[in-house]
Order: sequence, then C-alpha cells, then structure tokens
Amino acid sequence: MSSELRYTANTQLEHLHARYTGTGHADLSKYEWLTHQHRDTLASIVGHPTLASYLAIAENEAIGRIKFEMTERMLQPCGPPPRKDDD
Amino acid sequence: MHLYNLTLQPPTAILQAIVGNFSGARQQEIIVSHGTRIELLRPDPQSGKVSTVIATDVFGSVRSLAAFRLTGGSKDYAIVGSDSGRVVILDYDPKTSSFVKLHQETFGKSGARRIVPGQYLATDPKGRSMMIASMEKSKLVYILNRDAAANLTISSPLEAHKSNAIIHHIVGVDVGFENPMYAALEVDYSESDQDPTGEAFNRTEKMLTYYELDLGLNHVVRKWSEPTDPRANLLVQVPGGQLASSDRYDGPSGVLVCCEDHIIYRHMNSPQHRVPIPRRKHPLEDPNRGVIITTAVMHKMKGAFFFLLQSEDGDLFKVTIEHQEQDVTALKIKYFDTVPVASSLCILKSGFLFVASEFGNHYLYQFLKLGDDDDEPEFSSTNYPGDGMRDPSSPLPREYFKPRPLENLALADEMESLDPIIDSKVLNILPNSDTPQIFAACGRGARSTLRTLRHGLEVEESVSSELPGIPNAVWTTKRTESDPYDSYIILSFVNGTLVLSIGETIEEVQDTGFLSSSPTIAVQQIGADALLQVHPHGIRHVLSDRRVNEWRVPEGKTIVTATTNKRQVVVALSSAELVYFELDLDGQLNEYQDRKAMGSTVLALSIGEVPEGRQRTPYLAVGCEDQTVRIISLDPESTLETLSLQALTAPPSSICIADMLDASINKSHPTMFVNIGLQNGVLLRTVLDPMNGQLTDTRTRFLGTRPIKLVRVQVQKSPAILALSSRSWVNYTHQNLMHFTPLIYDNLDYAWSFSAELSPEGLIGIAGNLLRIFVIPKLGTKLKEDVIPLSYTPRKFVTHPENNYFYLIEGDHRTLGQDAAQNKLKELKQAGKRIDEEVINLPPDIFGRPKAPAGTWAANVRVIDPIEGKTIAVVPMDGNEGVFSIAVVPFSARNNELHLVVGTAADTTVSPRTCTQGYLRTYKFVDDGKGLELMHKTELDDVPLALLAFQGKLIAGVGKSLRLYDIGKKKLLRKVENKAFTSAIVTLETQGSRIIVGDMQESIQYVVYKAPENRLLTFADDTQPRWVTASTMVDYNTVAAGDRFGNIFVNRLDDKISDQVDDDPTGAGILHEKSILMGAPHKTNMLCHFHVGDLITSIHKVSLVAGGREVLLYTGLHGTIGILMPFVSKEDVDFISTLEQHMRTEQPSLVGRDQLAWRGYYVPIKAVVDGDLCETYARLSAQKQSAIAGELDRTVGEVLKKLEQMRVTSSGF
Repeated sequence: MSSELRYTANTQLEHLHARYTGTGHADLSKYEWLTHQHRDTLASIVGHPTLASYLAIAENEAIGRIKFEMTERMLQPCGPPPRKDDD
Repeated sequence: MHLYNLTLQPPTAILQAIVGNFSGARQQEIIVSHGTRIELLRPDPQSGKVSTVIATDVFGSVRSLAAFRLTGGSKDYAIVGSDSGRVVILDYDPKTSSFVKLHQETFGKSGARRIVPGQYLATDPKGRSMMIASMEKSKLVYILNRDAAANLTISSPLEAHKSNAIIHHIVGVDVGFENPMYAALEVDYSESDQDPTGEAFNRTEKMLTYYELDLGLNHVVRKWSEPTDPRANLLVQVPGGQLASSDRYDGPSGVLVCCEDHIIYRHMNSPQHRVPIPRRKHPLEDPNRGVIITTAVMHKMKGAFFFLLQSEDGDLFKVTIEHQEQDVTALKIKYFDTVPVASSLCILKSGFLFVASEFGNHYLYQFLKLGDDDDEPEFSSTNYPGDGMRDPSSPLPREYFKPRPLENLALADEMESLDPIIDSKVLNILPNSDTPQIFAACGRGARSTLRTLRHGLEVEESVSSELPGIPNAVWTTKRTESDPYDSYIILSFVNGTLVLSIGETIEEVQDTGFLSSSPTIAVQQIGADALLQVHPHGIRHVLSDRRVNEWRVPEGKTIVTATTNKRQVVVALSSAELVYFELDLDGQLNEYQDRKAMGSTVLALSIGEVPEGRQRTPYLAVGCEDQTVRIISLDPESTLETLSLQALTAPPSSICIADMLDASINKSHPTMFVNIGLQNGVLLRTVLDPMNGQLTDTRTRFLGTRPIKLVRVQVQKSPAILALSSRSWVNYTHQNLMHFTPLIYDNLDYAWSFSAELSPEGLIGIAGNLLRIFVIPKLGTKLKEDVIPLSYTPRKFVTHPENNYFYLIEGDHRTLGQDAAQNKLKELKQAGKRIDEEVINLPPDIFGRPKAPAGTWAANVRVIDPIEGKTIAVVPMDGNEGVFSIAVVPFSARNNELHLVVGTAADTTVSPRTCTQGYLRTYKFVDDGKGLELMHKTELDDVPLALLAFQGKLIAGVGKSLRLYDIGKKKLLRKVENKAFTSAIVTLETQGSRIIVGDMQESIQYVVYKAPENRLLTFADDTQPRWVTASTMVDYNTVAAGDRFGNIFVNRLDDKISDQVDDDPTGAGILHEKSILMGAPHKTNMLCHFHVGDLITSIHKVSLVAGGREVLLYTGLHGTIGILMPFVSKEDVDFISTLEQHMRTEQPSLVGRDQLAWRGYYVPIKAVVDGDLCETYARLSAQKQSAIAGELDRTVGEVLKKLEQMRVTSSGF
C-alpha cells in the first residue's frame, strides 16, 4: 500500500469516527467501550416508547421522569474515567 | 410451522398528540401517535365527544410528531420523526380520508439510534422551517416553503450539529418574522469524559443554546449559549414577535426552562425570572424529592397567552407572563387542577383540553374557567429577590398548594385504553357465552383495573317493558314521508295486532286504520302520506284521510311472506305465487297483471330501498323451500323474469337486500348486498351485480344455532343489517369498511329501527314478552370492556381450578402501604403536627399516592369474582413486602389440597435487583376460596419472580436459582436446586417432568426433573440471548415466547433429543454430556420470529371461536392484543406470502420504514406473515387491487374473501 493511499484511508476513517459517534477502533479502552454501550442503551430506552413505559411501571415513576433521568445519566454513565498511567 | 399474525386490538397508548386543522376545515383535529400507529381524532365541540376519523398502521415506530402551518395557510401538516432515518411530512386528505405522504427526506440509518435524528422535533411558529434532532449531537434544519403552485416544498438539510453534546430538548423560539430561531437544552460531555478526578463532571453545565437559521445565507449559526439550571428538562415556547397589523408585541419571546422544582423564563439579552413549582401539602410527601414538569402546553388567545404545565404527579399549573412589550415584568404560577399524568396535552380553540394519559384511559375536559379569579395562591417571580435569580444555584423557598377536585375543568369524554396490559388470561367463564373472554390486568398505580374484554358491541338500553303476550314481530313507522320521527309501534301477535302511538308516553291507539284482529306480516309507510299493512288475508292501504283500500287474497290462499319499500310491495302466497304491486303517480297501489309461480313454497322475500330519484328498485330476491335463492327482475321491460339462481345448503329463513358502502369493493358508491340467512344459522353474504342481477362473491359466516332473521335498520345515519340468531349481530360500515360484530345483549326475537325525539338513532326489539328500546353508542370498537378497579399496579393473576375466582397480586414501588401510611400519620400526629384530613382523603385514583423513597412497597393479594365483576377480599402484605409471583399448588403431601403460594420480597429495589429477604407465603383457601389464611412464610435469599405447581410440589424461580419445594408444617421444604441460570428466572411452564424456564436475559431453557435421583437438569437452551417476558408451551417440544424488545418467537427441541432425554432414567447422560457454547448440551431451533413492536406481556394458546383451531394470543404493554394463527396448508402459505410481497411494494410505510426491516428489527423475520399489512389490501385503489389479484391468478373478491376468512376462522373478529 502506498503511503499516500494509507494517508487517505486514515483520514477517511477519522472522518467516519467523527461522523458516527460510538464507532469503535483498535485502541478503544474498556472504559470508553463501556461508556459507549451505556449511552447507546440509555438512548435506546428513551427512543423506544415501550421500553420507557416498561421502566416507568417497574420504577413507578412518570415516563417523563424516566426519560429525564436516562438522559441525565448519559453524561457519565460509568463514573469518571480511570487515571492514565503515564510511566 | 408458518404463522399468520393478526392484530385484534391495536395499541391504545398515546405517546404524543398534536392539534391542528389537518383537514383544512374550520374544525380542529388531533393526531395521536400510538407508537406503531397514527390516528386522527375529531372532537365534536357540540357534544364534547371524541371520534376516530382514521387510524393507520405505519410499520415503524413514531418517536415524535409536530404540527405546522405555512405562513398564511389555513391547513396544518403533520411532521413525523420516526426510527426510519427519515423525516416525513403528512397531509390528511379529507376526500379519501387518508394520510398522504408529501415529503420524505432521508438523513440517516434506520433504528432508534443515539445520533440519528428523530427523537425531537421543533417547528418555527410561523411555519418557515423545522428542526429534527437526535439524543446526541445531530440537529438538522429544513426550510419549508411553497412553490408557485402553492405546493409545500422542503429544502435540503442544514446541519446544526454539536459533537459530544447530549440533547435534552429542543423548541422553536417565536421571533415573529425575523430569522427562525431554535432553542436547545444541551450538555457537553467531552471534558467530563477526560477528567479522572470527576471535577469536570461536577462542573459540567447544562447550556441553553439558540440556533438561528439565516434565511438569507441559508445557514444555521449558534447565536447564543448560556448555562442554565443543571436539572432542566423541558423547554416551552413563549409567544413573541409583532403583529403584522400593529406595532404591539404578541409576547416577550424566549423560552420557559422547566427544571426540577423551578421554572425559569429566559431569553437572549433579557433578565431571567424564576418561580418555584408549588408542591403538594401532603404530610407523607418525601421532602428530598424534587418535582419536574413532564408536559406543557401554551395557548394563545386574542392578545393574551398562558401556559399549562403538568407536573409528574398530574397537577396542572397555570403559568402567566406579565410583560410590557418585550420586557417581562413577572412570571406567575398557580395551581390549576389535577388530571391524570399525560404524555401530551392539547388545548382546543373550542374550549377543550385533551389529556393523552401516559397510562390508562384518555380524557377530554371542557374548560369551565381559566382559574382567573379564585383564591388559589399565586406565586410571582417579583416576590423573590432579583426576580428569583439573585442566587441561581440555590433553590427558592418551597411553596405549597392544596390539591382539590376539579374546579376549572369538567370531564367531557373518556377514551378507553388498555395500556399497560401487564398480565392476561383467556377463559370462557361468563354464563351464556360461546366464545372466550380476555381478562386483562391493566393500568398502573391507583388507576389500575382488571378488564373483562368481550368481542362485541356495547348496547345501551333505554326502555325495557313487559307486554301482555309474546309478540312475534315489531315495526315502527312514520305517518308521512316528511316526518322526522316514528309515530307508531306495531306489534304482531299470533292472533292479532297491537298499535302503540309514540308521544310523551307510549300508549295503545285504535283508530289507525290497521286491522287489529289478525297478525301482521309487514308494515310500511308508503308514498307521501299513506300507510300499508300486510296481513295473511290481504293488504290494507291506509290513506291519509283514514280511507282504507284493501286488496284481498283469493279464497283458499293466504299471504306467507311479504317485502315492501316506499313504492313497491311483493307478497308471496301459500300457493307459491308472487304478486307484485307498485305505487303509481296518483298514490294508487296497482297490481301487476301477471302472477309469478315459483314452483316451491316461498320462505323469504326482499327488495332494497328505492334508490334516490328512481321509481323502483329493479331486483327482488326470493328464497324458496327447495334451497334456492332467485333474483327476479322488477324492471318494467322484464317484470318477474328470473335473472339468476343460487343454490343453498339449507332452506333460507330470511333475506335482506341492502345498499351499503364497502371501500374494499367500491370506494365511492354503495354496493348492493344480498344477505341470506339460513335455517341452520349460517349467513351468506353475496354481492348483486347491478348490471345483470348475477350473484357473486359469496361469503359465509356462522352466526348461531337458531334460524336467522335479518332486518334492515339505520345505525348512526347509515344503513346496517341486524342479524338475529342465538346471538344478535350487526353488519355496518365504519370508516368506509364493512364490519360484522355481535351485540353484547340478550337474544332478540325481532328488531326494527326506532326513531323518536329522545332517541333519534335507536333500535327496538322484542325478546320473549319484553319490548326493548336501545342504541349502539360506539361503532368500531370490537371489544366491550367491563372494569373492576384495583388499588395498585397488577403484577400477575391466577385462577382457581374449581371456583373460577381470580387471585391477583398487585403492588406498587415507591408507595407506602396502608398500614405504614397510617403508622406514619400517627407518629406525625403524636409529634404535634397538624394533619389536613382533606388532603389525606383525596381519592388516589385521581391524585395518586404520595411518592416514597425507592425500596418502599405497598402490596395486596386480591380475590376477585370475575363473573359478578367484584372484589371479594383483599389481603394486604406487611413488612414492606412487594409481591412478584403467585401460583395455586395442589400439594400431594397434603392429599392434593389446593394452596396459594405468593412470592414476595422485603425492601426490594428494582435496579439493581436486591432485597433484604424474599418470602414464599403459603395460604390456605378458606370459605370456598373467598378468603385466605396464612399458613407460613418461607425465607429466601432473593426475589422469587416465578412460581409454578409441579407434580404435587412447587417449582420456584428464586433469583438465579430454580428450586423445588414441598410443603412442611412450619415452612416449605427445599428439595432440590439448580443454580446454573445467568440472570433471573422470570417464566415457568411445565408438561410431564419437563420444565421450561424463561431467563430474564438468556432466553428459554429446557429443564428436566429426574425424580429417582432428585435432579433438576438443564438439557437444552437457545443460541441467542433473549430478554424473555412471557412464554407458553405450544406442545411438548415447542415453546412460544415474547421478549422485552417486542419480538415473538417459537423455539423447538428436536424430537430425538427429547426422546433421548426422557428415556434416560437418572439423567446421568445429560449430566455428563459436553456443553455446547458454554451452555446446555443441546440447542433448540428457532422456527418463527416476528417483531410485533409492542413489549409482549403474556402469551396464551387458546381457541377463540367455538370449535375453531387453537391460536397463540398475545398481549402487549401498550394495549396490543394480537394472534398468531398457524397456516393449515402449503397453498395458503404460498398465496398469502405472495400477497404480502406485493403489499410491501404497493403499500410503503407512512413513516418511510421498510416493512421487512421493521418486522425484522432485531432478528430477521422468519415464517410469519404480517396479516396487518395484508389486510390493508382492502384500502388499496381498485386498480392496484386488481393488478395484485391478477398476479396471484385470483379475482379481487377471492383475495378479500381469503383475508376475511383467515380473520373470521381464527378469531371470529
């Protein structure tokens, strides 16, 4: 593969990653992967009306409350990121 | 196995509702989204009733709806955001009564994804543009305009994306005719994702951002972004902009930011105003809990506007803004009323409030007043320092209000909704019923109900009075053609006729000109102002001046049957001759010169009504004893010539010709149907070809065990047919399609239309010696509901095998139990607190119960008599226990005496699933099952989610373990346990010594109990993870189950493996077999798979029609009831599948979702045909219908007949 081609392939990949939030890559950390999973799940609960109703019945809260709390949780669903060991 | 899916009751939950002039007429309409279906509702401002205009399946999931109107337009369009990755603009076409897709713009992948727009929709109030947004990052703006021909146009999308931003809400800002502006509530997570200390997370701010669409540059810019309250959840548009005619501002513009406990008014470059959301003054309220606004509606009136905001408790608050031009001087909030928690509120200009409840029935309220001058305390931002914003980070002092019954609103109408169905049973236990009933445990919290659903139309009886004898027929008639109402009721007895006049009272009259000494065969108001009576010996023509012209039957003969309309009379004589009369222009009844000899005794006759503007109807149907029906011409050129003949399987008992509209046959004109009732209770419905009098397209239906009587009546101003057999049925047109539904009413012997001032649309019937007057209030609803109220959310219920009682467990999380609440109140009283009794005694079904912290439970076991429709006993749980499972167990150690076992757990939290202690409560039935007596409680280490009687013992799914219990003196004794399950056991089914276990996340597993070695062994499982919610065994090797994502699937175990497992006496073989894929040694095969689109809550294998085949009936959380019916022949599968393929191309989804992709949302669809799609064939244009039918080598009638037959034979609906 010529270096030029690899260069364009990488920019394309970068472009794709920027465009499709949540796409994984080779150097993805466990924390990042898990955070993506949780955000996807939370967005799916808000986006699928039956799931939101189901949770609302289980928790005995209003559907609006469930959607709000799920959206809030998307900010940091799995706690703060682990410390990076730079040594 | 190949299945045919048919929805019997579409989902009734309303997820969103929008209001607008969708048909372009003056009247406002409401479009509601049921998730997978959209419906247009029309509230009638006069009667205050809501009626459905049209409902359409969209074969996709509707996530957002918005109404918009182009500047200067008079018609609203609906924008639909869905999971199709497309935005669709729909127009309602009142001519064809259907939704028309005007535009469909693709922007992303399908599916409800995090970054694909569709979740939020906002429109510019002036109708120039719209914004569609996703949960994260993406926001697209489309410009809407009209072209030279005044058609709606849509631009290509403009991006307003912001990476790493979670979107909470978007709304269009009202800026008048300046550049369109949108406000978004966003949180940026990029910093908190990078900071391990968690500081950045704490620092993260929620931003209110304005996006401006620059119409000149065709570009979206971020105009303004400011932090707001971190617990903000909702934005509400505030009116703004100048009127075209004057310099006055409509309002200050900007948005209301609804936050937890506060409402903030915000706008670019203007000061903020903040008020607290008042709280209920309830002694048991949890002070640590905030209140949020879940829905809001803004209403503009002439020169004024107000907001109604609804809190999560259901309280409505009226919010007003005082402003001078563009400057806000005060934001005010006051309590308005309390209605059920809504998913959407709509205010109609005619003074109604539509409340689409998030659970349970929906309501239409009428505004009595706007809460303007009452003594309800009002809280204004000016009462707080700095208009409530001196210290935005600290809360304002709490304000309180006292909830009270409705003062400003009055209930106008109620729409029944099953949502949510949590459990169901299908049984035939009601007396005098030949089809089973569906018992559905519905609802949430204090508005929960147990509903008995019966197939049929509800009847409202207004009069039931006893008669001196038993009549055999009844008629009503007007005196003249122009009378608005009927004047006489005529009753025919074996030996005479009774005439009653309808006035203020109903009383007998003598001087009507009717012959009272003989029975009557037919009565007719004929010509302009004459009456006609047919009796066995003649025809009496009573003129308006009481003169009577009588035609007498020749000696030795009698009239056996007759049929009449406004201008024509046909009688059949005992000598098998037909005599035909027609009214001439002078109002004289003239006999046709010839009589027609039929050759066989005539049993039934019918002619249709005279068509508008015509002299006569050209066809007569004659049913003879030789099991034939002949169509005879009444045309002057071929009078009394036989045109066609149809052979029958039994002698006819009644015939009825009626012109009725059926859009599946003819979209614009009524079709002439010949309905033939046979003596064996079978009804034939044929279509009479108006050109040549041939009978085509015969459909049959079994109505009951008695000979059928057919009567042409008027129901809701359109022609209908009553068919009376051992059940009464009505055949009517609803939303342009023909329906055939039984009446839920006593058997009638005869019936007729009845129109009087008090009941203009009534029916009159006789049953034995009772005269009954009734109406059919609601057409179109196929299920009649009878409701038994419950006090908490139902969880499960079981039936007693002997006495038909139901034992239902109900429980609510975050709710104090009766005892706990009383104790707490007592404590408060002892502490010297004053307690407002009025607030405590508010009915919980309207006001709900105060929310307690998580882990608090209120629960009951309820004994219900479903036949009487009432609760017999309620057994409350103590010790903060929630109820999760129930079973009736005949313990063999106690001589198979029945016991009730209830699985409970104390201090349970739902997520993650924990409890301090689980229990199995064992009850003895006392007083024939009317009461329960607690024998003992068995402690458990986890929540028991599933219980089942098994070989004289109890099988329990306790958390992750499956256990077998036998009864002991002080507790249940654990016999054996299998702990090899991954998440939690939620369903249990059994046949023989096989147990089918449904795991919360790991699909269906097959377990066998080997008694000799006392082992519970898992021997087969599934290759796919499934979040099972309901399951049922189809046969010994096959199981049907539903999962949390709306899929329904059928798994089957190989016969050989099944035999091998059963032949192994000790189970040692299974024990030592190698596991496959880290699971059981054997795997099941998936036979069928289908995505229903609603969360499956129960599945039953039942037969819905007497003597019919068994089908799988399922219920869905949002109120869906559907069936899966097995195909009987390969030909049917081929035929219907090919039809389905054609329908996929001819009937694209209204939201732009591909039907095949929708039905295979999670797993590709397998061996199931979508009957809902196939049935839309009836709504296609005649051209497309015949094209498809041609491809299938059938006629259109044959295709329709096949579809109807599939529905009728499997469900009877």
